[in-house]
Parts: sequence; structure tokens; C-alpha cells
Amino acid sequence: MNFDHEQTKLDFIKHRKKFFIFSAVFLLTGVILLATLGLNLGIDFQSGTTIDVMAEETVTANEINEHFEEVGLTPDDITLAGENNEIGRASFIGGLNQEETLAVQSHFEDVYGNTPNVSTVTPIVGEELARNAVISVLIAAVGIILYVTVRFEFLYGISAIIALFHDALFILAIFSIVQMEVNIPFIAAVLTIIGYSINDTIVTFDRIRENMNFEKRVKDFSDLARVVNKSLVQTLARSINTVLTVLFAAGALFILGGEGLRTFSFALVVGLVAGTYSSLFIAAQIWLVLKSRQLKKIRYRKVQTEQPEA
Amino acid sequence: MKKRKGVRKGLIVAFFAIIIALGALIATNVQDHAEDISLGLDLQGGFEVLYEVEPVDEGSEVNRELLSDTVSALNARIDVLGVSEPNITIEGEDRIRVQLAGVTDQAAARELLSTEARLSFRDINDELKMDGSDLVEGGARQSFHPETNQPIVTVTVDDPTLFEEITRDLSNRPPGENILAIWLDYNEEDSFEEEIAKEDSKIVSAPTVRQVIPSRDVMIEGGFTVDSAQELAGILNAGALPVELTELQAESVGASLGERSMDMAINAGMVGVALIFAYMLVYYRFMGIIAVLTLTAYIYLVLVVFNWLNAVLTLPGIAALILGVGMAVDANIITFERIKDELRSGKSTISAFRAGSRRSLSTILDANITTILAAGVLFYFGTSAVQGFAVMLIVSILTSFITAVFGARLLLGLWVNSRILNKKPRMFGVKEREISEL
Repeated sequence: MNFDHEQTKLDFIKHRKKFFIFSAVFLLTGVILLATLGLNLGIDFQSGTTIDVMAEETVTANEINEHFEEVGLTPDDITLAGENNEIGRASFIGGLNQEETLAVQSHFEDVYGNTPNVSTVTPIVGEELARNAVISVLIAAVGIILYVTVRFEFLYGISAIIALFHDALFILAIFSIVQMEVNIPFIAAVLTIIGYSINDTIVTFDRIRENMNFEKRVKDFSDLARVVNKSLVQTLARSINTVLTVLFAAGALFILGGEGLRTFSFALVVGLVAGTYSSLFIAAQIWLVLKSRQLKKIRYRKVQTEQPEA
Repeated sequence: MKKRKGVRKGLIVAFFAIIIALGALIATNVQDHAEDISLGLDLQGGFEVLYEVEPVDEGSEVNRELLSDTVSALNARIDVLGVSEPNITIEGEDRIRVQLAGVTDQAAARELLSTEARLSFRDINDELKMDGSDLVEGGARQSFHPETNQPIVTVTVDDPTLFEEITRDLSNRPPGENILAIWLDYNEEDSFEEEIAKEDSKIVSAPTVRQVIPSRDVMIEGGFTVDSAQELAGILNAGALPVELTELQAESVGASLGERSMDMAINAGMVGVALIFAYMLVYYRFMGIIAVLTLTAYIYLVLVVFNWLNAVLTLPGIAALILGVGMAVDANIITFERIKDELRSGKSTISAFRAGSRRSLSTILDANITTILAAGVLFYFGTSAVQGFAVMLIVSILTSFITAVFGARLLLGLWVNSRILNKKPRMFGVKEREISEL
């Protein structure tokens, strides 16, 4: 997998409009889905209690339900988990009080010999966390734009932030489509992807900046396009290798990491794919479009100021 | 033709010396460090409650002072339970998070925490006769009833005549009304008639007062066992909470379930890391070995630093550690790709290594600083679980900078400068035909 940038036929620029349209359509669909279908909000964002019961061997939803009825409770939902379905997860919307919780715990201790996990939440905590996450992303975005403007140039910062929101929205859209339950670690995953997305975009932009310095004259769109394409091809091996290694880690967590990490690692896998896609096909292309407009404006101004003298 | 200089064997020896020393260091104390790391509740079992704090009397406000007082009162109570390393933190404006790891009797712990321990003495019309402020501080103790030999709790009244007066007043009332109800956590909406009928009543006991009791010691009978009497005395001595606590969120993890999630996460991590190692070795050949060595050092260092920080390892933290391996590998990949680029452009091994390391540094720097920026914001705004993740991410990035940038440069530099790799581009995964003439 070595990409020779002198002879390569890879062209990341030519089809940019198709990628822009694909992303725009996909994200628009995502926004519509988010607005109508919404996300499958887990117990972290609702008022209620979930109880994880672990048995020695395979259990059925019926069996778990019967046990709860013995204590005088009816779960709103029961799902099974674990390799051999030895874990039952019962949710109660509205929540259980302390006495009910203690009764459930002692009952299942007697039956299965394990203390069940009990989480009771009010939606305040989850909602606050989500709101804080959104606020922190916005603050981080401003910070990143400032940093990139100082180290690079304003247009790079803008393009990087567009790519960042693209990736975050991408994950939300996918989760809205598959209706996987969203919990607090999911927020952590989205934030990780944002960090990764920035990392990935900056590496590409760094190469563009470097190649721009080598160029003697960058006059018009085709000059810029050549530089951008060359930079993308040069960083392609790195982009692919990095995403592969991180995917190994995230994929292993997804397949082998257990239920606690499933949502988290699935969000990571989706985000990694989205992040790589946006770094290769969206971020640099947006910069290219913005930069060529800027060049045009400068040339236009130059022509205007030169005219009176002519 | 330049004369080819000989191989500097000393550098290769130095390389192996470093590796052996590092290997010995890791082998001897990685176990200690791994065992020292404090595990979060999700891995160890235990329980966690997030309380919202409201002042008992409506006039007062929740401020820092009130919160700290509450935290010390809670700490004193947890001492009664005998839990080691409780973790009580103030969150935001009016929240307190209590984490008790490895608690076996969650039922008792939860009840112990949620009670406000406001003792009050009232008549059957719920009129206040005496409360905690009238008692000698720290004067509660468990003893036995002189006649029935039942376990009781005794408290001492500050003012020697107060209790005498109260009993004089009550003993003059007609039978059925001469009752002194001893309340724990009385609220405005509570009433004697309702509460006394309940099974789990807030009224600890309701003795009938038939005569004047000229004593400062008040005996509280309540069908106690020795343990429960000791516990009540302990709570009363620990002091009443100045606030009312409402459970916003409670989470308890059974020890075996926690252990199971940890085992699975670690297992998944090992598989992921093994895949990364294999990929790096296949793709980058000799440089892959350097990557594997620095990544091993990276994982070890993260554990050590994490231990130093006294940070708590949670499930998302393990995920961040494993993800950090991916990020550390990225720094290696960026450098190695750069070195390959330089080799392909026809540079000698030594100058390709130098140029590649130098040029990749600014890329890695920019990429890592932006990620740290994001992680820092995450830490600042996140709550416990997300914070654990952010700490791990920041530690990972900083550590990966040391190992993947400086470590890899040092180790690879020893080989490159020994000249043993001169004219061997295949060792770097570069084919001869890809090299362009200068």
C-alpha cells in the first residue's frame, strides 16, 4: 500500500461535488430522522430504574419476569444479554423506591447468588451531561479555530470545524437510523470522535500547508487542486494505517468488550469511518473551495487597483 | 568513491541494554502498579448515589460552607459503617456524590446516608418540645434498659431542668395524650396519627409519660438490636445533616458483574493491541519492532502515571487506554511514513531518518495539541465517568508523545546511526524500485 504521488491516478478532487452532495443528503436525512424518529434514549436520559440480574446459566425473559412478580413488581421492559443470555436487564420507567430496590436485590441474591446492578436515574443528570457536552464541543470548536488560525490560517480552522460537525452529526444520524440505545458513554464516544476527527484533519492540512510553501505560484483553482490532491495522496497511507489500527482497538471492544461498552464502541467504529471519509473527501475539498474563492477575490481586487494606473 | 565506514556496534549494544533494562523494570513492577490502581465502582462493585442538597429550613441558602458541612457529616457517618476509602465529592452548585466501593450491605449504607438524623421530641399534636440542639453533643450511646435489659439508646439533655419540665407538662395530660413521640427526620407534613400506624415509622418510639422524670438522661426504646442501637447512637453523634438529601441518581454494581465487565474489557483490549502489533510488524518491518517496543513502554507508563495521579479507573477509562494505543500508534505511523517518503526520494538512511523525524514532529504536535484541547474541555465540563475518560485521554496523549516521539526516535536512532541499516530500504518497507534518483 504505497501511493506514488507522482504517477498516481487517484483523484480526490474531481468528484468532490458528488461527495458534498452525498454528505449533504445523508446529513439532511439524519436531521429529519432526528427530528421525527429521534434517538432511542436510554435510561440515562429518562426517569427510571434498570436492574441487571446475573444468573449462573441461561435465563429467559419469562423467568426474570416471574421473579419480579414474586416481589410484586412488573418491569416495563426486559432484555437479555451475555454470551449465553445469563444476564437479564429489566427497566422500570418512573423508577423504584428504596424499599422496592432493596426487596429486589435481596430476592435475586437468594435466587441466583449475585447482587443485581441497580441504577436509578432522573433525566436531569443525563440531560445536563448532554447539554454540557454540546456546550463543551462549541467551546472546544472556538478554541480549535483559534489555535488553527494562529498555527495555520483561518480557512483551515473553518474547514476543520465543518468536518468535525459532519462527523458528530454522522454518528447521531446512524444512531437515529439503527435506533440503538443511547447512554452516557455514547456521549464520551462522540466526543472522542470529535478529537480524532480534528487530529485526522490537521494531519492532512499540515501536509497541504507544507506543500503550499513548496509551490512557487498558486494562481488558480487548478493549481490549488493539484496541491490538495498531492497532499491527500501523500497522507493516504498514514490515514488508512491509523484508522485501521484504531479500528482494531474499537472493533475488539465492540465484539469482545461486553455489553457495558457495546454502544460506546459501536459509536466509535461509526465515527472512525465517518472521520476518515470526511478527512479524505470533505475537509480538504471544502478548504479548496474556500481558498480558491479567496484567491479570486484577491485577484479581483488587484485588477481593480491596477486599473486606474493602466 | 567514498570509503564505506564500518558498523558502530556500540550503539546496537546500547539498544539492547536499554531494552533489557526496560524489560526488567516492567517485568518486576508492572504487577504492583496494576494492582495499586484504584478501580471505579463499575469495575469493583459497590454503589454510588448522587444527591441534590436542599436546606432544611426554607430561609437558608445552599452555599459552599453548607455543602462542606454536609460532606463532613456524611464522612463521619460512613465511619460508623466502617467503609474504607469512601469518596464524597461536591458537584456543581447543589450536588453531592457519594461513592462507596466494596460495600457489602448496601441496604444499611443507603439508609444510613439518606437519614437526616434530626432527632425531635414532640407531643401527639406534633408540637415541638425538644430537639437535637437541646442535647449534649456527642452524648448519645448505646446501653441496656435497667429493667428489661433491652438494647436502648440514651441521650443527654443540655439543660438539666428542660426534660423535667416537659415530663411535668405531659404527665398532667389525660391518658392517651400523655405521649412523648421521639421522631427521626420530622417533616412539616408528617403527623403523629399517620406515622405511628406505619410499619417503617419515622417515630423511633412513643413512650407514655406518667410521672415527672427529674433526669438529664433520656432513654430511647425502639425495639432495637444491639447493632441497630449502636448505629443510631453513632449517627446521632456524627451529627444531624444541615440539609435534606434527595437521590437524583443511584447506581449499584454487584461485585461479580463488575469483575466480569473488567475481564471482558481487558480481554478485548489485549486482542486489539495484539492486532495492532501484528499490523505494525507486517507493514513497517523493522520500524514495526520499534513501534511494538515503544507501545509496550507506553502502556506501562500510562499505568504508572495513572497510579501517581491516584485516578480511578472506570470502564470508559479502560476504553480510553486502549484507544490511546491507537493514538500512540498514529504518532509512530506519521513518523514512519515520513521516513519512507524521504527514503523514496533517494536520501540515505541516516538523512532520511533525520529529516523524517524533524518534519513529522510539527504535524504530531499540532494534531495532539488540538486533541488535548478537546479532552481538556471534556474534563472541565464532564461529570465523573466522562471525566475519568478525559483524564485517561490526556494522560495517553502526553505519554504517547514521550514514547512514540522521543522513545521511538532514540531507539531507531541507535540502529540508524550504527550504519547497520545503510542501503537496506527493505527493512523500512521501501522497495528499491520505488526509490527515485536524486
